[in-house]
Amino acid sequence: MEWVSTIIQGVLLGGLYALFATGLSLIFGVMRLVNIAHGDLIVLAAFVSLAVVSGLGLDPLMSLVIVIPVMAAFGYILQRGLLNYTLGNNILPPLLVTFGLSIILENVLLEIFSADSQRLLAGGLETASLALPGGLAVGTFPVMIFVSAVAVIACLQFMLYRTALGRVFRATSDDQQTAQLMGIDNRHVFALAMAVALAIVAVAGVFMAIRTNFDPSVGPARLIYAFEAVIIGGLGNPWGTLAGGVILGVSQAIGAKINPGWQILAGHIVFLVVLVVRPRGLFEKVQDL
Amino acid sequence: MNGHPAFSVERSTRTSRIGSVIGAVLLLVLISVPFWGGRAEMRFIVEVCYYLALAQMWNLLAGYAGLVSVGQQAFVGFGGYMLFVLSIFLGLNPLLALVLAGVLSAAVAVPTALVVFRLRGAYFAIGTWVMAEVYRLLFAQVSALGGGSGKSLPVAIVKSIAASRSLREMTVYWVGLAVAVAAVGLVYAVLRSRHGLALTAIRDSERASESVGVENFKTKLWVYIVAAFGTGMVGALIFLEKLRISPDAGFNLLDWTANVIFIVVIGGIGTIEGPFIGVLVFFLLRELFADLGSWYLILLGAVAVVIMLKAPQGIWGLIAERYNIHLFPVHRRLLLSKDDKIPGED
Repeated sequence: MEWVSTIIQGVLLGGLYALFATGLSLIFGVMRLVNIAHGDLIVLAAFVSLAVVSGLGLDPLMSLVIVIPVMAAFGYILQRGLLNYTLGNNILPPLLVTFGLSIILENVLLEIFSADSQRLLAGGLETASLALPGGLAVGTFPVMIFVSAVAVIACLQFMLYRTALGRVFRATSDDQQTAQLMGIDNRHVFALAMAVALAIVAVAGVFMAIRTNFDPSVGPARLIYAFEAVIIGGLGNPWGTLAGGVILGVSQAIGAKINPGWQILAGHIVFLVVLVVRPRGLFEKVQDL
Repeated sequence: MNGHPAFSVERSTRTSRIGSVIGAVLLLVLISVPFWGGRAEMRFIVEVCYYLALAQMWNLLAGYAGLVSVGQQAFVGFGGYMLFVLSIFLGLNPLLALVLAGVLSAAVAVPTALVVFRLRGAYFAIGTWVMAEVYRLLFAQVSALGGGSGKSLPVAIVKSIAASRSLREMTVYWVGLAVAVAAVGLVYAVLRSRHGLALTAIRDSERASESVGVENFKTKLWVYIVAAFGTGMVGALIFLEKLRISPDAGFNLLDWTANVIFIVVIGGIGTIEGPFIGVLVFFLLRELFADLGSWYLILLGAVAVVIMLKAPQGIWGLIAERYNIHLFPVHRRLLLSKDDKIPGED
């Protein structure tokens, strides 16, 4: 029974990892940009929420009403004002510019908020639990995160396949030049994609901040979990990314159960095994996006 | 006049010949520093040396082979730990252990490459980062090496380097200088060899180089291993100087990769001269703005971002383009004898 509980907790943790990963995967899908600053943007969202909560006295979950539009707007400006200039045939500029951005973000947060560990308190939600049959109990909030991850991915899928904006994203992803010939403004589309990605990042960041302690230096680890979830699940498959997040979460939970020092390592090792055995991920989709 | 015109291939330039004389004089001055300089100067120069060597290695990977690694700290930490393992548990002389640490890093680069080479481009970058994290977490599990808190080099081993403290510092200084010279020499030799020609071709266009028979995969693997050798040896040097290692210090992304990337990007990626300029700028900025704390890193990051966007060839690239100077010429120039001009030339 103890093991069942461990696995359930791993699955729920996987929901958070899938939320980390979805934005990263969308950006790569639409504009082939691998954003190394992705983890630091998640942490930025957490700190924006912290500022909103302490400034306006809002509940952390309510702060999403402000954090989501703020991050989305930041994403649009970031893409339009900086990242669009890095895109092209050469892989170096996007990689090195987002790497530089990652270092800049981390140190700006350090300068403003100090290196102290922070946590958002959601009025008892973080400690509440649900009883399951068989004497098991799961945290209410982790269940909420998992359900939100499923909902976010479902919304994203709906947006991509059922709306005009989604059609534009897919067209740009398939063939940039032809899309441009059809009158699509790439710069605007890329900026919109980044805005959507950072709206998801905002949700991920606030949930992370309620669930665990955070400080300006935790960004890179979030990037790595997001990346591992995407690769395990297979590029271009959002539900695969959810599965990848779950596999990563369960591996970490099992690793931690065996030896607390092995939690993160177990996740990395499962990722490396998948990479060697199935380099294109477990659930790769044939088409782009 | 029949057949092809008489020709010779020139591989040096006038500036490179003058440059090598100036370089030799500078090197002699640097070698003599322990006889007249202070302890602080020596420490500073060793630091400059290992950053130069790390930058040369990263530049070989990213600037020539297109392998943008953000996980080279894996080999810095691994090399550093190997110095400790070989000298503490096998009783080897630390200087011998330093060279062997490079060899072992190259050996461990082979299985590492087999995993990370499954990823391309930017995904390769993050993959190397994951590998570095795996090494960090693994070494943190080894209690014989002090686990997460690390280990100091025992006094007996420190004394085995040289009898007195000042003699030991001189030795480390000269080793540091030698490692930097060897790193530059290694990159220069690789680039002037046939592999260098292949690498330059890959740098300019992967597809075109493949079509003229360059074996991209093999060449890249080879470069990855060479860079791991150099980086591992530099890692051993760094921790021979520091005398203490921990997983967080050894596998530090900021110290051993972020700074190095900034150095190469600012100085000029894809040139041997670039890292020299980058190291100068890096230490200059550090001396000027070190008290600003994290603002210094924000500034460094911002300078690198601006250079990447506005002048991706870096400071040296701008100089070389404007004045056509090559201190380390790696290209070949065809010289025809005077009376055999190609029609239409002049």
